[in-house]
Amino acid sequence: MKQVHLLASIVIASLLIYSCGSGSDSGSQSSSSNAAGDSSMVTQRDKTADQAVLDGKGKGKFTEVKLTHPLDKAMLAKGKIVYDVKCGACHKLTGEKLVGPGWKGVTDRRKPEWIMNFVTNTDEMIDKDPAAQAMLEQCMVRMPNQHLSDEEAMNVLEFMRDNDGKN
Amino acid sequence: MKKIFFPLCLVAAVAFVQSCKMKNTASAVIGDADSKVYVAPGKYDEYYNFVSGGFNGQVSVYGLPSGRLLKLIPVFAVFPENGYGYSEETKAMLNTTNGQIPWDDQHHLDLSQTNGEQDGRWLFANANNTPRIARIDLKTFKTVEILQIPNSAGNHSSPFITENTEYVVAGTRFSVPLGTEDVPISSFKQNFHSTASFISVDKSSGNMSIAFQIVLPGMNLDLSHGGKGPSHDWFFFSSYNTEQAYTLLEVNASQKDKDYIVAVNWKKAEEYAKAGKGKKVAADYAHNIYDESKQTATSVIEHEVLLLDPKDCPDMVYMIPCPKSPHGCDLDPSGEYIVGSGKLAALIPVFSFSKMIKAIGSKQFEGDFQGIPIIKYEAALYGEVQKPGLGPLHTEFDDKGNAYTSMFLSSEVVKWSLKDLKVLDRAPTYYSVGHLMIPGGDTRKPGGKYLVAYNKITKDRFLPTGPELAQSAQLYDISGDKMQLLLDYPTIGEPHYAQACLASLIKDQQVKYYDINKNGNEFVTMGEKKTNVVRKGNRVDVYMTAIRSHLVPDNIEGVFVGDDIYFHVTNLEQDWDIPHGFAIKNNPNAELLVMPGETVTLKFTPQKQGIYPFYCTDFCSALHQEMSGYLRVSPKGSNTPLKFGTGDIADASTQK
Repeated sequence: MKQVHLLASIVIASLLIYSCGSGSDSGSQSSSSNAAGDSSMVTQRDKTADQAVLDGKGKGKFTEVKLTHPLDKAMLAKGKIVYDVKCGACHKLTGEKLVGPGWKGVTDRRKPEWIMNFVTNTDEMIDKDPAAQAMLEQCMVRMPNQHLSDEEAMNVLEFMRDNDGKN
Repeated sequence: MKKIFFPLCLVAAVAFVQSCKMKNTASAVIGDADSKVYVAPGKYDEYYNFVSGGFNGQVSVYGLPSGRLLKLIPVFAVFPENGYGYSEETKAMLNTTNGQIPWDDQHHLDLSQTNGEQDGRWLFANANNTPRIARIDLKTFKTVEILQIPNSAGNHSSPFITENTEYVVAGTRFSVPLGTEDVPISSFKQNFHSTASFISVDKSSGNMSIAFQIVLPGMNLDLSHGGKGPSHDWFFFSSYNTEQAYTLLEVNASQKDKDYIVAVNWKKAEEYAKAGKGKKVAADYAHNIYDESKQTATSVIEHEVLLLDPKDCPDMVYMIPCPKSPHGCDLDPSGEYIVGSGKLAALIPVFSFSKMIKAIGSKQFEGDFQGIPIIKYEAALYGEVQKPGLGPLHTEFDDKGNAYTSMFLSSEVVKWSLKDLKVLDRAPTYYSVGHLMIPGGDTRKPGGKYLVAYNKITKDRFLPTGPELAQSAQLYDISGDKMQLLLDYPTIGEPHYAQACLASLIKDQQVKYYDINKNGNEFVTMGEKKTNVVRKGNRVDVYMTAIRSHLVPDNIEGVFVGDDIYFHVTNLEQDWDIPHGFAIKNNPNAELLVMPGETVTLKFTPQKQGIYPFYCTDFCSALHQEMSGYLRVSPKGSNTPLKFGTGDIADASTQK
C-alpha cells in the first residue's frame, strides 16, 4: 500500500502537477500526494498564507525565539548529543548535502523561528511552508519527524549556531 | 481441518432435516444492513475485535462493525511478517522444555478485567497443544509473556480469568499422568489426572506465576469461566469423558447421560495453598518474558509447582451433573446463572449459583466422583431451555437479560431469555457455528449492539479457493427484538473464542514509536557515529543503523564462511509508522521488521563464499530502493581485512 502511494507521489512529482490536498492536516501518507509542487503555484497560494510564513518564520508555535549571547556551552553540548542520535544520519556539518542539506550556514539561510518550527512541526511545515516544500523537491525525502522536545530543539539550534561560528 | 464433533453424527440425520430450514442470504439480509457496517474511509471502527487464530497460533484483530482486518499478532507462532520467533530478541518467546516450538493451536482469549469489566490492559491467550498461556500488551499489541503449564495436556479450558484478573485459569482437556513415571495407557483411572492451574497475575507488571494446580480425576475439562459478583470466589469448568475412556472417545465418552460442571472455590484453594495444605512437586516448565525496556525476551526453566488435592482440601471442589458432554460453561452478567451447553443434549441446563450454595450447605449430594461430592442435579438447577436447537455449544449475554447460544448442528444462533428461559428468536448461520462473541459478553457489563458468530464451514459463501476454504465471521445487529444479519466475512486460521472492547478503551494508549533515548537493548546503536563491526573469535557483531534511506554500514568486508554474524539493526526514526526492514540474501533465518526507535537482531551464518546484498524490506521512502548494501564473505582462512562503512569505507584495522 505504501508502495503504491509513494510511487504515485513520484509520478506526480515528475509531472509537476500540484494537487491541493484539502484536509491533509497530518500523516506522511496522505500528505505525500501533495508533497511535490510547482513552486510558482505554491507562491501564489501562499499569498493567502499567514504572516509568519511570509516573514520566513515558518508554521508552528515559535513566533519569537530569543537567542543566547554568548552561546550557551551546556546547551550546545546537549545539542550535539541530539544531533549524533537523531540528525547526523542525514545532515553533515559541512555544506555538503547527504540525504538532507549540510548544516553549514543554515542559521544564515533560515530564521531561528523557522528552524524551531521545522524541527518540532515537521509534517505541517513540509505540507505548507514554501521553503520546506522547495527543499523536499531537491531532496526527495520527507524529513522524518524525529520528535524533538522544545528543549532538544533549542539545544540543536545552539549547536547549529556554534557550527556556523556564531556567538 | 474443521473441528467436527463426531459424536454428533448420532443425531446427524435429524440435523440434516433441520438444515433444510436454512434460509438463503437474500432472505436473511434485510434492507439497511450495508449502512450499519459501512465505516467511511479514514473513519475508525467502534470496537477492537480480538479473534483467536486456532491452528495458526496467532491472534487476529478486526474492527467492528466493518469487519476490516487491522492486524495479526504472533503469539505461539513464528511470524514471517516481522521476524517474531526468528530474531535473536524474540526466539526465547517460543522456548519450551522441549525446545523451540514454531507454532501451536490457539483457541481462547480473555481481556483483562477489573471489577468484572474490561480494563484494556492485557489480552490472554492459550496454546492448546503444548500447554501455555500468553499475555499480550494492549499498548503495543506485542506478546510479552508466555508461561508453560506442566502436568497438563490439551490446554483447552483456558485462559479464562477471575473478575479482577487475580488469576488466569488453565484446565486440562487431555488427562495425563502427573510427573514422569512410565505407565500403561490402560491405567487411566488410577494414574491419569486433569488439573486446573491457577496462574496469579501481578497487578502492576502483569507477570504470571503458577500459584497452584488443583488435581482432579481423569476426565476432559472442556471450557471454563470465572464467577462474578456473588459468585466471585468460584470458577466453573465443563467436563466430558467422565466415563474415563482412553480409546474411541467418540463412542466411549458419550455413554453417560450426564457429565459435570466442576465448581471450584478458588478463594478456598488460595487459603489452603497459604496454609500449606498443598504439596510441592518437581515439574519443569518454561517461563518466557519479553522485557520491553531491553526489547529482549528471556526464557527461564522453572522446576516446581504446588499441587492441591481435593482429598486434603474439603469444600474446595464440587461436581454438578450436566447433560450431556457439555462444551461451553458460561456465566451471566449477574454471576447467578451458570449455563452448561450440553452439546449432545436437546436442552440447555441453567444452574443457579445461590441454589448451588444452598445445596452444598444442606448437603444435597448424590454420591461422589472419585472423592469429590456430586450435588443433586435438581438442587442446583435453575431451569432448562427446552428445544433450543441441536448441538448447543457456547453462550454469550447482552445487556438486556438475554442469552445467545450457538447451535453447531442446526447452524443457528438462538436467543433466549434468562428470566423465563423461553426461546425468543433464531438466526441462521452459514454454517456450523462454533463460538459467539458479544463485546463484553462474558463480563459484568456486556454490550447490546453486536454479536459475531464464528463459523467452521463456509462452503458456498465466498469465491472458491481450492479444497481449503476460509472460515467465517458473521456480524449480527442484536439491538432489536430480532437478530439481523449484517455482514459475512472470511477470517484467518480457525477462530474459536473472541473478545471485543470499545475502541476508546485502548485506542489512545497505543505506543507510536519507541523513544530512542530509552532504548535499553544491549546492542543498540545510538546514532550513526556509533555504528561498528566487532569481531570476537568467529562471532561478528554488526552495529547497524537504519534511517530513510540508508543503512550504516552498507559495505562490510572481512567476514568469513562459518562466522556467526549478528546484525543488530537500530531504526533511528522517531516517527509513527516508519518501520525499516532488513533482509540478507540466502539467510535461512528470515527477515526483520524494526519499529522506529527499536533494535532487532538477525543472525546469519554464511555457508558459502560470495557477495551478499542486504536491503530494507519495508517501502519506507522515495529512495527506499536505494536502501541497500553489500556483505563480502571471504573463504575461511583468508586474510581479507575487516572494513566497513557507508560513503567513506573505513578500514577497521586503522580504527581505534
